Amino acid sequence: MMHLVIFLCGFLFSIGLALSGMTQPSKVVGFLDFVGNWDPSLIMVMAGAVFVYFVGQRITMMRDGPKLVPGGFQLPTRTADFDTSMIVGNVLFGIGWGLVGFCPGPAITASVTGNPAVLIFLVSMAVGMYIYGAIDTRLSAREPDGGAGLHEHAMLVALAEEEKRHHLP
Amino acid sequence: MENFTPIASLSGGVLLGIASAALLFFVGRIAGISGIFGGLLNAKQDDTLWRAMFIGGLLAGGVAILFVKPDLLSFEVDRSTASIIVAGLLVGIGARLGNGCTSGHGICGIGRLSPRSMIAVATFMTAGAVTAIVVNHLLGGRI
Repeated sequence: MMHLVIFLCGFLFSIGLALSGMTQPSKVVGFLDFVGNWDPSLIMVMAGAVFVYFVGQRITMMRDGPKLVPGGFQLPTRTADFDTSMIVGNVLFGIGWGLVGFCPGPAITASVTGNPAVLIFLVSMAVGMYIYGAIDTRLSAREPDGGAGLHEHAMLVALAEEEKRHHLP
Repeated sequence: MENFTPIASLSGGVLLGIASAALLFFVGRIAGISGIFGGLLNAKQDDTLWRAMFIGGLLAGGVAILFVKPDLLSFEVDRSTASIIVAGLLVGIGARLGNGCTSGHGICGIGRLSPRSMIAVATFMTAGAVTAIVVNHLLGGRI
């Protein structure tokens, strides 16, 4: 059940990306290049997404934990401190993003077209992530804001519970 | 501004918000694509299935669009292969070093009013804008 819901979240996210136009790199570059023929669509994407998430997250936080997984929410704990490595990472990300107009989500969604440019981008991105992850072993002990990392225990408990439920009469 | 698609982009954004909020509500996770995807690459035991399911959902969504409305996925990338490789490497390394990308920081981080994510988004948008402007106006759009 839990995994079906996760799959559907990914599915809906993908539809949202495509509908919003963010799977077309020209719309992303058209937004970033505000000097040229500006396309402000990305502002509308962010406005819709952030507003809905803001409300949804407030409602969700009234609960003690997620609906399908025992234990608490797995939220990034660092929300107010800024370090140099994060800023450097954001700058590198921005340069790559502005250069071609792809970021991770849209690149994954658009990869189903088989377009060679997207596939090359996706493989390079994966190589970049892998290299960084392999070098920085501290990653395994950190909880990135992006959602990877700790608290795997809660997931294991959820799986065990689910299994137990199936086996009990 | 003839390329502006306010209604479609707002609707797509709302779907992104619903999908991200649903992941938090049901599973308690942040919908950060670089974190979910990156965690799959530097995999730890018992941590791959839920990530694979989310990425699988993204791919399935893409396939569904190809069948229903393929024009949403028709695009051209007007960049050299070398530029695309460099961009991919920068996005991959940058997203991990910067602890997130447009989804994790942009939607979820700003959505929970995290100052850290706001700084992150302001930083990569500025770097992205400078890059896009330099490429389009100083380098003639060809790199």
